[in-house]
Amino acid sequence: MSTVTHAVTDSATMLRRQLRHMLRYPVLILTAAGVPAIFLLLFVYVLGGAIGSGLGGSLGGSAGGRAAYVNYVVPGIVLMTVATSAQSTAISVATDLTTGVVTRFRTMAIARVSVLTGHVLGSLIQTMLSISFVTGVALLIGFEPTADLGGWLGVVGVLAMITFAVTWLCVALAMVTDNVATASNLPMPLMILPMVGSGLVPTDSMPAWLRWFAEYQPFTPFIETLRGLLTGTPIGDSAILAVGWCAAITLGGYLWARRLYNREPTG
Amino acid sequence: MTANHRQPAVAATAVRKAYGDHVVLDGIDLDIPAGSVFALLGPNGSGKTTMVRLLSTLIRADAGDLRVAGHDVAREPDAVRAAIGVTGQFSAVDHLLTGAENLLLMADLNRLPRKERRRCVAELLERFELVDAAGKPASTYSGGMLRRLDLAMTLVGRPRVIFLDEPTTGLDPRSRRTMWEIIRGLVADEGVTILLTTQYLDEADQLADRIAVLYQGKLVATGTPEELKRQVGGGHITLRFADQRGYEHAAGVLEVVSRNDAAFTLQVAGQGDVRSLRALLDRLDRASLAVEELRVHTPDLDDVFFALTGNPVGTPLGKSVSSSVAEQEPAR
Ligand SMILES: Nc1ncnc2c1ncn2[C@@H]1O[C@H](COP(=O)(O)OP(=O)(O)OP(=O)(O)O)[C@@H](O)[C@H]1O
Ligand SMILES: [Mg+2]
Repeated sequence: MSTVTHAVTDSATMLRRQLRHMLRYPVLILTAAGVPAIFLLLFVYVLGGAIGSGLGGSLGGSAGGRAAYVNYVVPGIVLMTVATSAQSTAISVATDLTTGVVTRFRTMAIARVSVLTGHVLGSLIQTMLSISFVTGVALLIGFEPTADLGGWLGVVGVLAMITFAVTWLCVALAMVTDNVATASNLPMPLMILPMVGSGLVPTDSMPAWLRWFAEYQPFTPFIETLRGLLTGTPIGDSAILAVGWCAAITLGGYLWARRLYNREPTG
Repeated sequence: MTANHRQPAVAATAVRKAYGDHVVLDGIDLDIPAGSVFALLGPNGSGKTTMVRLLSTLIRADAGDLRVAGHDVAREPDAVRAAIGVTGQFSAVDHLLTGAENLLLMADLNRLPRKERRRCVAELLERFELVDAAGKPASTYSGGMLRRLDLAMTLVGRPRVIFLDEPTTGLDPRSRRTMWEIIRGLVADEGVTILLTTQYLDEADQLADRIAVLYQGKLVATGTPEELKRQVGGGHITLRFADQRGYEHAAGVLEVVSRNDAAFTLQVAGQGDVRSLRALLDRLDRASLAVEELRVHTPDLDDVFFALTGNPVGTPLGKSVSSSVAEQEPAR
């Protein structure tokens, strides 16, 4: 029982440390929020008109064109935000673990995994803030969600669940090598996954081999669930799939991260 | 805890650690009584940091037993961690936080009673002369300030056993002496046990009750500073001559212990007392020998090192007469 309380208080302490870092050095957060916002503007204003009218009815809206495309693309961009934030978490974990203070933590009688939990919780908060920012930009350029209060709560819940999972995975990825530059680039594919799913265009416009991948990779059910909650498109079994994927990724990422952290430090 | 004064605070038996086929520590035995200062002395790469990392649960030994504060390091690492404080060779502070925040972080992680946390932080800032810098990020601290903050952070949890890996490397003479005072104070006032590593022989001499000399992964000697010095015997006087002629001449006249033909230096037996020095100078005068430099060498740990390993380490052998008084450290 007391080990659990210790784990909670130590994680809270580490979270406070993380929040101080973020407030003092907000560059990483600004990048993590800024990059997807720029992608949103690019997709909507550069490509949106063409894609919107090209895909017409299959976007689900009746309006067509750029206005319909905003509503279509926002869930994908939001998940891209989750991915860029997770990448910035990987950078800060990889950097942090090379610092002496983490070596000090390892010699202290604290809940061991709390160093990592602090990062994950901090990242959760940071990602939610970034998503709020990106959603704000989306609303300004014509995003029209139809979700009611329950829907919005669902959106927050689903996003928290996805972020939690992806962040644990990135924390593990950050520890795979000792090299900060390598470690911070390993989560890169996560940025691409929303694009090779139903994030930017419906999967049925893709060639068969790609469609097969797009339909079975985790980001597609994530996106479909979000899209359904936000704009009322059919969700089907995407929600169940999303929960399943999240549970698996969280568990795998957590166990992997914990094992990597408990390795004998080489430095 | 206080009842265990007879139990060694740190004990190592036949400890071995290798990286690949490089054997870093090879059969180390240590026994450090509670409440004492123990210095592990060794040159670069001799395995000092590795020993500290083993004792502070950071890495595991390949063989042998390690016990700290009565707990087995391999089997009860958390009990060991609760008893120790570690100041590693490289700064272990959070550079993004301020000094005060770093100490508060330690107070939180050591789960001090809530009311005491701020007071503990304030006390340590005061004691380590960091009050003015308390609100500045540690990344702006000088090396000496970082070292003090580092040690202050180690003390937050009131450890019974403290490991200090080269605590004064890189400090100026004044900061070094401040650090020595702090270390002595810890032992005198709080009765903690300290294992420190150092490359400085005078530091071990100044601080330690017992010294172990580590060389190429083995302990080549253990004892009190005096015991080690006794192993080496008396001192000597080194004379340096300007040229070959004076050098050869002197070598014929004096009872030479050892000579260095390349540097034109001769060593003769003798202590640094005024009478024997005057006698020597008289003989040099009578023989009309012009000596470039004269150095008096009282036996110190350099000699121990030389005698044990055949290699001089650290500071150059001996001190010149002119500066030997100024260089004397204040007596303990
Ligand atoms: N993680 C590691 N992997 C491989 N070799 C290592 C590792 N850590 C230490 N060594 C080797 O072990 C030897 C002892 O290193 P250690 O750091 O203990 O020396 P030290 O006495 O602390 O030296 P210094 O005075 O330079 O700090 C060195 O030869 C070093 O290269
Ligand atoms: Mg070292």
